[in-house]
Amino acid sequence: MLAFNDVSFTYQSGNSILDHLSFNILPGEFISIIGVSGSGKSTIFRLVTGLDEPSEGTIFLEGNPNSQRLGKVGYMPQQDLLLPWRTILENTCLPLEVAGLDKKAAREQVQPLLEEFGLGGTEDNYPSELSGGMKQRVAFLRAVLSGNSLLLLDEPFSALDAITRLSMQEWLINQWVKRKSTVLFITHDVEEALFLSDRIFLLQNKPVTSFVEIEVPLERPRTRVDLHRPEILKLKEQLLSKLQSEVTL
Amino acid sequence: MKNAASIIIIAVFLSIWELGARLYGKAFILPSPIQIFLRFWELKEVLLLQHLPVTLMTIVIGLVISIISGTALAVLMSSRPGVRKALYPILIASQMIPIIALAPIFVLWFGYTIWSKVAVTVLITFFPITVNTFDGLSSGKKDMQELFLTMGASKKDIFYKYSVPTALPHFFSGMKVAVTLSVIGAAIGEWLGAQAGLGYFSRRMMTQFDGAAVFAPIFVLSAVGIVLFICVTIIENQTLKWRDKN
Repeated sequence: MLAFNDVSFTYQSGNSILDHLSFNILPGEFISIIGVSGSGKSTIFRLVTGLDEPSEGTIFLEGNPNSQRLGKVGYMPQQDLLLPWRTILENTCLPLEVAGLDKKAAREQVQPLLEEFGLGGTEDNYPSELSGGMKQRVAFLRAVLSGNSLLLLDEPFSALDAITRLSMQEWLINQWVKRKSTVLFITHDVEEALFLSDRIFLLQNKPVTSFVEIEVPLERPRTRVDLHRPEILKLKEQLLSKLQSEVTL
Repeated sequence: MKNAASIIIIAVFLSIWELGARLYGKAFILPSPIQIFLRFWELKEVLLLQHLPVTLMTIVIGLVISIISGTALAVLMSSRPGVRKALYPILIASQMIPIIALAPIFVLWFGYTIWSKVAVTVLITFFPITVNTFDGLSSGKKDMQELFLTMGASKKDIFYKYSVPTALPHFFSGMKVAVTLSVIGAAIGEWLGAQAGLGYFSRRMMTQFDGAAVFAPIFVLSAVGIVLFICVTIIENQTLKWRDKN
């Protein structure tokens, strides 16, 4: 689905972020990238979406090397970034409008999905009338409608309160199962990563040369209780201590 | 009533004025509000049918020219950094020119036609529209533009679907300033030389020591400014309905 092959990225200032990084994501996987602030998470996302191009190396999207990636990867940013002057329906229609659909056709395509994403009845509301969790649902639906099966979620729940966050995680897993999409999920929350992912990529060192890759030994469907299994608790300890060693105060 | 306090202040102000003017007793210098109103009533046909349309025409033509050229310049400056760097300082500096002092030059160039008044109006209203619209167009967030890019949006998409809606509230702020200034611009233009118009009428009455008739067109001019302002506010609220929900 997505592969980085010896990708390096250096800022114009000479600051090297990625150095010959390679990884591969299979269709339908749920991958979390976890790392402390400033570890290069955002750079990886900018490269995947096509906002930046690698200084060296090749990025394969669905087998195509270095093709035009803008418009092909659904991106859900940290802040919901909904347009305040558009209603929920109009906000979710945006990627379809950008893709060239006329407004009426876009609406017809989006309308049934609103219900499915738990947004029924909100279509004529403005974003400011919705709670944080609902806004993130809208942002997720918008990412899905960008028309690709690869979704990049950049710390999407970091601004939500703890309870909303838990229910949004469960909601996200249900959507992922239903839509059979491939998800690349950035987070700094170890527990979130363990609950959601098939594999976790841990970012260490700078520049990033490789990930510490962890397979989460849990079957699906998962419940919160699974996180209390001894092997998961041990894994969590390991991850946390690795992350902590990265933090420079 | 939400404007009760303002109405009381105005009522007190008018009462003091009325009282002061009566005590002073020289209507050709300080007419009382009632005298002004009575004079307005006598002159209403001359003022509203003969002179108001002329001034209104100047205001409307001036505003239309300012809106079209001001937004065009704002768009140009926001899309071409080179143009912005070259023109923005000049635009700011142009506001240091005393426009009222320039007005006689327009009479020199355009004569006593409507265009000398329109020129003053344009010069005075162009700046708030341009600067506010430009600031609005530049106020977009980079995150948002990048989100558009990840959807595969073209520059045109970002401009129409993001920059323009972002700029609209700023544009309306500029318009509110511009419509009030436009009334001043038109009146100044008419003082300098005209055959008709509220500014011209007021000045002519001054030479005849008819105090009340000097004030009456000023009240009409103020009313025009207020009505224009309210119109902009109504259009603004209609266009930016989403703001009510915030």
